[in-house]
Amino acid sequence: MLISALPFNTSFFWHELLRPSSGFLGGLGRTVYISVLSQALAVIIGLVVALARRSTLRILRGVAGFYVWVLRGTPLLVQLVIVYDGLAATNIYRFQDMTLLGVTLIGSVQAAIVTLALNESAYMSEIIRAGLAAVDVGQNEAALSIGMTPAQSMRHVVVPQAMRFVIPPLGNDFNAMMKNTSVLSVIGVPEMFLITQEISSSTFHTFEIFLDAALYYLALTTIWTFIQAWLEAKIDRSWGIVPTHRSMLAALREHFQDSRTLGLSRRA
Amino acid sequence: MTSSNPPGTRLNGDGAALILEATEIRKSFGSQEVLKSVSLDVTRGEVVVLMGPSGSGKTTFLRCINHFEKPNSGVVWVNGHLIGSKLDRGGRRVDASAREIARQRAEIGFVFQHFNLFPNRTALENVMLGPIEVQKMSKDKARTLAVDQLTKVGLSNKMDAYPAQLSGGQKQRVAIARSLAMSPALMLFDEPTSALDPEVIGEVLTVIRDLANDGMTMIIVSHEIGFAREVADRVAMFDDGQIVEIGVPQQVFDNPTQARTKAFLSKVL
Repeated sequence: MLISALPFNTSFFWHELLRPSSGFLGGLGRTVYISVLSQALAVIIGLVVALARRSTLRILRGVAGFYVWVLRGTPLLVQLVIVYDGLAATNIYRFQDMTLLGVTLIGSVQAAIVTLALNESAYMSEIIRAGLAAVDVGQNEAALSIGMTPAQSMRHVVVPQAMRFVIPPLGNDFNAMMKNTSVLSVIGVPEMFLITQEISSSTFHTFEIFLDAALYYLALTTIWTFIQAWLEAKIDRSWGIVPTHRSMLAALREHFQDSRTLGLSRRA
Repeated sequence: MTSSNPPGTRLNGDGAALILEATEIRKSFGSQEVLKSVSLDVTRGEVVVLMGPSGSGKTTFLRCINHFEKPNSGVVWVNGHLIGSKLDRGGRRVDASAREIARQRAEIGFVFQHFNLFPNRTALENVMLGPIEVQKMSKDKARTLAVDQLTKVGLSNKMDAYPAQLSGGQKQRVAIARSLAMSPALMLFDEPTSALDPEVIGEVLTVIRDLANDGMTMIIVSHEIGFAREVADRVAMFDDGQIVEIGVPQQVFDNPTQARTKAFLSKVL
């Protein structure tokens, strides 16, 4: 079959961008809640794995190290197919549609959340491990000196302080996670990418609809950038660190001024 | 005198209550022997200043007292507790659990050279944390206690300041208040003024001096000879992992008997 080329349809592009179909919005919604739920689970699992890697028990360290090694060392795409199709094909486990608190989660979405959370938890555990290591050892000693147990010191002193070092790389990972949800289309999760593909094949407006999708992904990551900046400023304030009042625009301006002066001085 | 001592209190030959009894403490890091059999008894209300060249083992000895370092051998008793250990039913010494060690440490205040205040908590919250989490005190009671302690160290106007907003001298006074809030039987100071600007050393020493006048039992690692002369009941001179000389300040500073004490004093005076 020959598909004749269509010129860029401006009105289709704007219509889908400004008044997206309910199907597209549903995909967008799934992309968001799958990312958020998976990231939240990944932080919890990652914290447990990070603490296990610092354990005094060699076996616990070994198990945690193995976990990170496997999950970071294999592609997310392969993990997805193993968890959703592989487990079902061998009759080990089949993800069934499930209704929780009045919300129905279809099987593929459950598999997606589980796999993304496990995959991301391996990266989170490394980020949290680095965050814990960045807290000065004197903080732990101060907590112990007032009679805290090592567990209390971890909970009330070390982990809260590690958060300050964890948020920036965590934000970076979450940004990647939101975009990586597009691979979920492989197991049939009706998220933004799969819906976009469907619209594309039924309308042949491939360029227009994928450009719309790109703008929506960009909007999601942009919103997250602002949330992250707000979170970082909030943590800084809770440490009594005065905000420097440097907006993102100011930072950009500075960056370009720097590169311009550099260019000038090189010419001079 | 003895009747006022709590049960389990150990007494020395003169019948004075022993707060610290450290006997033949040895500690090595790898092949480096940092403490070569150090013994020290401190009675209630006594102030002992530890001096000596850096690397002589003063800080390691202090850290062995509250079990930040586990001695390779030797015994530490603080306020009737065998630190880091307990006696099993057969009377043998076995390692104490993390929880038991924590309970022992709650009775020993430790003031660090670099303060180690919790940077994400205000001065008041720094002081309240121990009473709330360790002693399970109610928030209201802990707040009243923390306000009292901060007032005692002269910081009633800095309760809500974060460590980043305080000077070094103020930070160290908050750190002292944080330790005092646990009502310790013994206070350990690890070079409490070494990280401070000269003009704020005095305010921290004043707080420690007040504590001495209140009868607090203290062991202080310090290089401040004038201060030691004033507050110390005894000065212990460390060198090469041993106490080479110990006595009242006048004797140690003015009439040292050991060549190594004289050598150290000639460098710092």
